[in-house]
Amino acid sequence: MNDAFGRPQTALVLGGTSDIAVATLRRLAPTLERLVLAGRDIGALERVGSDVAACGDIAVETLEFDAAAPEHHAEVIESAAAFLGDIDLVLVAFGQLGAAFSLDTDPVDAAHIVAVNHGGAVSASLAAARRLAEQGHGTLVLVSSIAAFRGRIRNLPYASAKAGIDSFARGLDDALCGTGARAMVVRPGFVHTKMTAGHQTMPLAVDADTVAAAIIDGLARRRTVVWTPRMIGPLATILRSLPAPLWRRLSAR
Amino acid sequence: MTARGRTTLRGWGNTTPSTARVAHLTSPTGPSDQLAAAGPRGSIARGLGRSYGDAAQNAGGVVLDMVATDGSLDLDTATGALTADGGVSVDEILRRVVPQGWILPVLPGTSHVTVGGAIACDVHGKNHHRVGSIGSHLASIDLVIPSGDTVTIGPNRDAHLFWATVGGMGLTGIISSATIDLRAIRSSRLRATTVRTSGLAATMDVLEQGDQRHEHSVAWVDLQQVSALGRGVVTFGDHAPPGDSDIAPGRRPPIVPRMPVSAIRPSTVGLFNELWWRRAPDRPRTRLTGISRFFHPLDGLAGWPRLYGPNGFVQWQMVVPDSAAPLVGAIAARLAAGEAPVALAVLKRFGPGNPAPLSFPIAGWTLAVDLPAGAASTAVLLDELDELVSGVGGRIYLAKDARLRRSLVARMYPRLGELDTIRAAIDPTRRMQSDLERRLLRSD
Repeated sequence: MNDAFGRPQTALVLGGTSDIAVATLRRLAPTLERLVLAGRDIGALERVGSDVAACGDIAVETLEFDAAAPEHHAEVIESAAAFLGDIDLVLVAFGQLGAAFSLDTDPVDAAHIVAVNHGGAVSASLAAARRLAEQGHGTLVLVSSIAAFRGRIRNLPYASAKAGIDSFARGLDDALCGTGARAMVVRPGFVHTKMTAGHQTMPLAVDADTVAAAIIDGLARRRTVVWTPRMIGPLATILRSLPAPLWRRLSAR
Repeated sequence: MTARGRTTLRGWGNTTPSTARVAHLTSPTGPSDQLAAAGPRGSIARGLGRSYGDAAQNAGGVVLDMVATDGSLDLDTATGALTADGGVSVDEILRRVVPQGWILPVLPGTSHVTVGGAIACDVHGKNHHRVGSIGSHLASIDLVIPSGDTVTIGPNRDAHLFWATVGGMGLTGIISSATIDLRAIRSSRLRATTVRTSGLAATMDVLEQGDQRHEHSVAWVDLQQVSALGRGVVTFGDHAPPGDSDIAPGRRPPIVPRMPVSAIRPSTVGLFNELWWRRAPDRPRTRLTGISRFFHPLDGLAGWPRLYGPNGFVQWQMVVPDSAAPLVGAIAARLAAGEAPVALAVLKRFGPGNPAPLSFPIAGWTLAVDLPAGAASTAVLLDELDELVSGVGGRIYLAKDARLRRSLVARMYPRLGELDTIRAAIDPTRRMQSDLERRLLRSD
């Protein structure tokens, strides 16, 4: 069960090796009792698992999960529930940036990035949400991005997928209203992680632990939307209303 | 809020929502049918929803609404034995028995609790140092055990099941009725003495001295004003000699509206505490007062948890043995230094506990504080205070809790295993479940 500060006893992480997920789990360790890490690289998941287990008294299991294979997502949720019992928290943390986008990008590659990020999040979240509604409680956390509000050309498939995730997460929270479960969307700015390593940084960049702290705060305050850092919220509004020629100049850098 | 025939329920602190199918009990055979038909997530009884956390919630299962506005109440005016349905409220009982010269032996801080809820939480009152908690005043309980059978239990009749039910958080079954030994009174008034104190040591001194002379005692303490930490207003009370014996007709209390943000902030709490402390007489003063004013002052402001806004609040109530009295000051200082304002703090001394394995009171000092939820740092602070409390043999009151960690429960309640043993015997298929039970008491 989640406690009065939204702290879970059981959690399922989809994309269990993501830096944001690992940082969040370290902060959740005091109340966490059972954890399922799901992802593609079982070896890496096991390393994360032993790292997190050392932060508390936590039983960890790993599961194979491929965001690009939505036909297996319901099974993954069932397998996780078999180990966890009630699932208090589901963190949808996987994401793939893809190669730099241009007009020359293979359309199939672009569609694949959207399918993994957006399609995968939709099917996995829906399967998880159904489970949370059935058990009558629980929190689903989805990771969006400032890129959802105005994407740079080089990240366009990723940015458009994040816009889709953001929209889906807000609507899913509405759909969950009255079930006891809820959804929260986290909108980080530029985060220094292994996914963004080697990429041009942006103003107000944060590290994964700052995002994790914002997630913990959002759980405690039962937020629907969490901006991190907080200043990125007003910034997104400004970016969205910038005239196109100015945006092109800024984002090309 | 309903979806798929389910209702979202919360505790009094408005923090841990979950949904369940709410079933109303319409016939006397109702409970046993309901228990059998509940399904894999079981049932729990719910009274007036005054448990602060998730004790009377059962996510995905069944919650039995026990509140009975026309429940049966039978007073033996010769002996003072009152037999009441589990869903009858303390408020209704007082309205009935006080004009006849009787009062419940133990009155919790609100009159809006049911008999079943009061027993399941083994509630205490301002007179715990003299008479103990409600469990010590029961002649018998009619309990619908999970199999659906009704058994009559008491301190001399199936004592193990009786004491597991007292303070058992509803997990041994449904309390359909109970017989309580009332206390005779000669007036509906109390002589209340108010003493203002300048700091925590003085507050504790005054309480300790006064407990020997007075039946009821409690202290409001200020944990916001750091320069006079623990200054307080101590109230003592004794039932008055014969005189005016009418219970004052209850005025409809003002209602706090739903608020978009919390009104409980360091500034507002500081201002309130300053005014409340100054309003108290600077020299001890004794006055006649009424029962509800003395015992249930917060009932005078309906829906007061709404003051905390949408994030709600937590109440942290601990008890530590007398030997750990200095810890009260250390804890007060930690709370005062925390991010969240201590909106309400109440200090009192307990007398000895009773044989119930999950009963909260033990002889010593109990401190209850209300804190706004929402700040993650408050969760961390309370976790640390839990460690201090359990380290000296103290404990946290489960009826108030919404955030204790499971690993500490067995340390705080070392006789928890006795409840497990009884549940395994009378409830092998786990027909009684609750959110609190899943969060804290289930061991697999």
